[in-house]
Parts: sequence; C-alpha cells; structure tokens
Amino acid sequence: MTPSQIVQSGGIELAVYEWGKPGKKKPTIVLVHGYPDAASVWKATAEILSQRYYVVAYDVRGAGRSSTPDHTAAYDLDHLVADLAAVVDNVSPDKPVHLVCHDWGSIQCWEAVTTERMEGRIASYTSISGPSIDHASYWIMNRLRSGSPEKIAQVGRQLAHSWYIGMFQLPVLAPALWKGGLDKLWPTLLEKVEGIAEAEPNPTQTRDGANGVNLYRANFVKRLLNPQERRTELPVQLIVPRGDKFMVQEIWDDLPQWVPNLWRREVDAGHWLQVSHPELVAAHAAEFVDFVERGVESAALKRARVREERRGKAHSGKLVVITGAGSGFGRETSLLFAEAGADIIAVDINLEAAERTAELSRLLGAQAWARKTDVGSIEDMQSLADWVEKELGAPDIVVNNAGIGVAGSFFDTSDADWERVLRVNLWGVIHGSRLFGKQMIAAGKQGHIVNVASMGGFTPSRFMSAYNTSKAAVMMLSDCIRAELADRKIEVSTICPGLSITNITQSTRFVGASPEEEARRQQSATKLYQKRNLKPQTIARAILDAVEHKRAEVPVGVEAHGSRLLSRFFPALSRRLARLDVAP
Amino acid sequence: MSEAWIPSAEELAGFRKAQRLAYDCAEAITAEMKPGMTERFVAARMKEYLLDHGADDCFHEPFAWFGDRTAFRGLIAFKQLGGFNPAFYPGLRRLEENMPFILDCAPTIQGCTADIGYCGVIGRNAILDRLMDDLIEYRQLILEQVRARRPLAEISRAVDALCARHGYDPRHKAYPFETLAHRIEKLKDDGKKSHLKIANFGVRNIGELLRDKIRGAREGWNPIWNSSDASNHVPTPGLWAVEPHLGFREVGAKWEELLVVTDTDAFWLDDDVPHVRRWAQRGLWKQAA
Repeated sequence: MTPSQIVQSGGIELAVYEWGKPGKKKPTIVLVHGYPDAASVWKATAEILSQRYYVVAYDVRGAGRSSTPDHTAAYDLDHLVADLAAVVDNVSPDKPVHLVCHDWGSIQCWEAVTTERMEGRIASYTSISGPSIDHASYWIMNRLRSGSPEKIAQVGRQLAHSWYIGMFQLPVLAPALWKGGLDKLWPTLLEKVEGIAEAEPNPTQTRDGANGVNLYRANFVKRLLNPQERRTELPVQLIVPRGDKFMVQEIWDDLPQWVPNLWRREVDAGHWLQVSHPELVAAHAAEFVDFVERGVESAALKRARVREERRGKAHSGKLVVITGAGSGFGRETSLLFAEAGADIIAVDINLEAAERTAELSRLLGAQAWARKTDVGSIEDMQSLADWVEKELGAPDIVVNNAGIGVAGSFFDTSDADWERVLRVNLWGVIHGSRLFGKQMIAAGKQGHIVNVASMGGFTPSRFMSAYNTSKAAVMMLSDCIRAELADRKIEVSTICPGLSITNITQSTRFVGASPEEEARRQQSATKLYQKRNLKPQTIARAILDAVEHKRAEVPVGVEAHGSRLLSRFFPALSRRLARLDVAP
Repeated sequence: MSEAWIPSAEELAGFRKAQRLAYDCAEAITAEMKPGMTERFVAARMKEYLLDHGADDCFHEPFAWFGDRTAFRGLIAFKQLGGFNPAFYPGLRRLEENMPFILDCAPTIQGCTADIGYCGVIGRNAILDRLMDDLIEYRQLILEQVRARRPLAEISRAVDALCARHGYDPRHKAYPFETLAHRIEKLKDDGKKSHLKIANFGVRNIGELLRDKIRGAREGWNPIWNSSDASNHVPTPGLWAVEPHLGFREVGAKWEELLVVTDTDAFWLDDDVPHVRRWAQRGLWKQAA
C-alpha cells in the first residue's frame, strides 16, 4: 500500500491512504487502526466500503509509513487526537466524517468524540474493541467499590485479558521482543491463536510493534489513576466480537451512562475481525453511516439500540420468533418474553391479530414485528425465515406454537381433515425447526427451539385420532432433533399443555357432525375448558421456564402430568381409558 | 316487562346534572392530585367536593385506586368473596409519578344518581394511553348492540371477545356479580340534605337495586348486566350505569356512564364527558350520524 498523501501534524508526517474519490453526496469514512497494526489492516474492509463511500485511513504516529516521535510523551492522547483532526480537516474540510476504529484506534477516537477539539467534525463513531481508558478506569473502580464478588471477578478477568499492558510498562522488554523476532513470528501467532491469515505480512510490523508500546506507556497509568468523566451525544455503534481474547464483554456494561445514543452489536469473531470478517465490518459500518446520514433505522439497528431499561433482564437482547402469536399461548408467550427483555417476531395467519400482539409487546418495551404466515406452507415459512435472517439475523429462540384442532371418529375424518391438521400441527413444526435451526447453526447460535405439542401426544382417545397423532409426531420429532442438535448446543423443548382455554376449542373441527352440532360441541368444549381454567399464561410461563432451565419435555397442568404418568407406567389402563366416550 | 320506567326529558336533565357533577368532581380533584397522596385522602377530597356541590345521597362513596390496583392486582383480585372484597375500598397506597389512577364516584342529587369512572396519570403512562384509546371501541360496540336489541348477556360476551382480541383482561369481572353494568333508578326527592349509608353504599339506591332484582326475577330480567344466562334478555328500558374496565399487566382503565334505553332505542346520556373529549382531541372520535 502506498500513501496517497502526507499530512503534517505537530512536526509528525502522517501517511494517508484513500479509496475512492470524495463526492458531494458521498459520506466520508475515516478508519483508524490499532496496535500492533498499521493502516494496511483495513485494506479489505476499505475496498468494500469504497464502492459507496469515500474511505480514508492513515498510519498512526510511529506506525507504518508515518514518522516516529522522539519521546514517549509525544504519544499522549492529545497529540493523537490532533493527528486525527489534521487528517479529517485535510480530507473532508466541509463535512463531518464517520469514524470506524479498532483497538488503540478506538481508544484514541473515544478521546476525540468526548473532548471539544473535534466538535462538529464527527458525524458518527463505530468503535471496535477499544474502550476509553477513562471509562475503563471508572468501570474498574465501580466494580471494586461495589463489594460484589461477581463484579470484582469481572475486573479480575479483564486484567487477566490485559496482561500485556502491564508488561508494556516494563522498560526495554517489549520493544526488544519485537526487534528480536516477534515481528517475524507475528503472522504465525495470528494464525495459530486467532485463526486468521493476513493477505500479506505487514512490512512495517517491527516498528508498529516496538513504537506502539509507547501508546500504552504515555497514557495508561496516567488515565487509569486520574480519569475524567467523558461523555458524548454523538451516535455511537459498538461492535463487540464475542471471541475477543483481549476484552471481556462486561467492559461495555456501563457505557450507556456516558453515551446516551448507543447501538451495540455482537458478532461471532475474534479481536481482528476487520481481517477475518471484512464484509461483516463493512456491512455494519455502512448500515450505521446510512442511518446517521438518512435517518432511516434498519430493523437490525433498531434491535441493536441500547435501551437502558431493557438491560439485565432474563432474555435481554434475544430475538424470539413465535408462531400462532395472534392469540392464546402464542400471544401470552410473546408478552412474557417481551417483559423479560426479548424482541419479538409475532407470526400468525391472521395478520391483524399478530399486529396486535406486536403492539402489546412494544408497550412492554420490546421491539416487535408482525408477519402473516401460514406455517403449513413451505413457501410462506421460507419467506418468513428469509426475512428474519436478512433483517434481524438468526433468532435465539423459536416457539413453534401454531396449531389447529380436529375431533371426531377416525372414519369420519376425511383425507382433507388429516391433511389440514398434519399440515399445520406437524409440517408447521417441521418447517419452523428446520429453517430456523439451520439459521442458528450457520450463525453459531446456541439457540432454543420450543415445540408446542399437547397432552394429546401421549393420551390415546377414540375421538381424537388426527389431532393426537399430529401431536405425538411433534413429540418424537422434537426428541430426534434434540439429539441431533445437542452437539451444537441448540436446545429443543416439547411443551405438552393440558386442557387450556384458547381459541382452539372454538375453532376445532368436529368431524361427522352437522354445522349446528359442531357449533354446539365447540361451545360445550369451550365451557369444559373454561371450567378447568388452565390459563394460557400458565403455558407461556412453562415455555419460558423450559427455555431458562433447558427442559426437554414439559407437561403443563395436573391432567397432563397424570396422563403422562399413566401412559408410562400403566399403559394398559391408558389404552382402556381411551375407549371411553367422553366427547363433549 | 310491564310498565317500564322510561325517564322523561326533565328527568334526564336531572341525571345529566348529576353525571356532570360527578365528572367535574373527578377532573377538579385530579387537578389537585400530587405524588405522595393516598387513595383515602383523594377519595375523601372527592366526597367533600360532592357534598359542597349539592350531592345529598350516593350509590356508593367515592373510590380511588392507584397503580396496579387500577387493574385489580394483588389482594383486590381476591374473588372468593364474590366481589365483596374490602380491598376495593380506598387504601393507603400512595400516588407516584407516572402511576395510573382511577376515580369512581356516584353522587345523587335530588333523586337523580350518576355513577362515573375516570382514569388518568400524573406524568405519562404509555399502557394507560393505549387502554384509554381502545376504550372507545367498547362504547361504540355496546351502544350499537343495544340499539340492535341484542340480548344483554350476548353484548357482555361480545365485550369479553373484544377484550380477548385486544389482549386485555375484562377487569369488570372482579366487581360483585362480574358486573358490566347495573341499573340506576330514580329516587324520591325528599329535600333532605343527607341519607343513610351502610358500608359506604347508599341504602336507598341499593334498595332500588334489590327491588329490581326481585321484580326482575319475576319478570325474567336481571338488574345486573353480565355474561351469565340471567342477563340473556333484550335490553330493559331505563337507565344503566355501564362500566367496562380493562386491564393490561399492572395498568387498568375504565369509563362509566349512564346509558338510556327506551322501548325502541338507546343513547348515552351525555356525550360531553372527559373521555369523549380526549378521543376527540386525539382524532379518534367521529360523531355518529
């Protein structure tokens, strides 16, 4: 990489690289690298971003092709911010720029966005793996003072991840290591430890590593011991790689206190994600820049927005897909998950009902979307799954709940009745488990699939052949995929509710009955269920409980427990009882 | 039903005056309400206001519910006493910012009784806003179906169904007899300044309700309008205090108004009530043709 220009800043020459041309309507993105890197670490990301933006990167003082200050104090954050300001004034004198920064670059840029020096020159900030040292200092102090063993342990774990910072304070050692062979070893180390291969070895690795040590020496101790309260109103996007070996995720927990306009996205990657996942970094950066420029917040960003009141709940930040969410168990489950901090995709064949569930979920603080879907139709389910994956990413929890009822003699149950009930009750679960299970596997999510069966699944009955068969199939299906998904740490739960009041009794098809007789039976079944008074809330709570405690099979209601025991230990009695004509 | 009482225009003016007083009372006391006040204090202020403005009897003394008590959560939800639950009485719950509240009062002036429900919040509460917006549908549904002369039990079940569609709990089912509405009769104007109350209920008004109950049992109608089979009859002419009460999580909301039912028609006693004005302000209210 050859610099396109050299910018002067306080006697230092900064090597600046450009991708694409500046344009009136083109936002400018400035990339700031970390340690022990140079601007070249951004190459792949910059190339992708340059298709739509004017992209600039520069070598931080002492790194790459920029010149090296002659004393450690020249690496003070004030100078680093002045360098950034000089580059920004040069490449975008009229318009504020969007910053995307990594590691030490991010540490510097926190200084830039929380101090006055660059006020009005920055439009947005995407920060990867580099906290403000001042914020980190408060973070440590707050935890040590809290007296909570758990919080003190967080500090301990972060310090264990930051071992090298202590080492860098020692004289001679670190630079000597870089000069004495670590530079040559670095690409191999990256590959072994991080699993990433740089396209080409960094030609300035030796000085990037050795000089960069001064960044730590000039700032860390000073700031940690005497932190300032640093705040910004700017929109800030935090990209948190889950596999970062130098950072614990809790380090970001207090950030909302300093940054009211904060978006947080977790990605499955290691520390150098702009090398391992350049498309991902470019996509997230572009989405945020577009949002700040045009004001249109994508579904994914809406979900990523940090809402203080939603944090720390049992299911905070999770995305839950629920079918049959327009009423009954589905609606109650949506609301309970919404209250527990999750975001909701309410799916129902009745869009109006799904919209209502989404709206109620929003009242409880969730982000929620409604989708009209016939779960029995593979086209519908595929398009639902595609939409979810594209807009929001793989879900954390899927509740395959949609179901319909059919009752009556086996000989009155027509092919069409069978097809209808199997299509919704069984195929709906097959589609939902397969499509979203695949997404979870692809995204490396340790998600949870909940399939709502019924006590009918283990309760034979002379007048429920079709319905109970469909539910028994759901139970076996769940048992099989649970075994297969265990390696991936994806859980599968089967819920077997007893006689609970939902719309299903009012819409159950009673085969072999005249319309009047069917209506009468629906009424009388509904009355029976009302007398039993097993509320949908109870089933919803059982679903959350199954997810929280990784339960495999959950009967709900005394009748479900009883019938399950009967079918296990007294199967002959269970078969005998099935003969009773107790149809409503 | 024999010799049904259909209020005259003059009598309706009397009832309208009572209902206005009740709503004025709720609005005036709301303007005084501050975080830290207890339900008992607010209810006592309402009583004082009503007496100062000419009330001489009541159906019941004013009620005030704050916070999750508006949705009848906690002790107040204890149904085993058939709705006769002392937890309904104003208690020591203190008002907080953004906490929903419900005021309910039922003054009688010169023989004319009103019974109203009013809800609000000091601050903001998004769930309450949504509930209050949705309450408009219940007012329309009930009037339409009474005009269509549907059996009262059927209308009550339609209200239940609308609650289910909205995702709300029909919390009026926590009232005694799961009351959606109850009869109001005209009392004699005896010129006295006050009348006997027992356990916060006006003896004369409750006496009328009992008389209605006996008469209704003979004639096949029910002065308590709910979803039970006893209410499975066409709307009875006269005055009904209708009070759909919705609950969602920890928030409850209601309105209560007098519905005038004649032999052939029905109408709300007064459209100039706070919740209708609120719907108009929010662009939800379209005057029925």
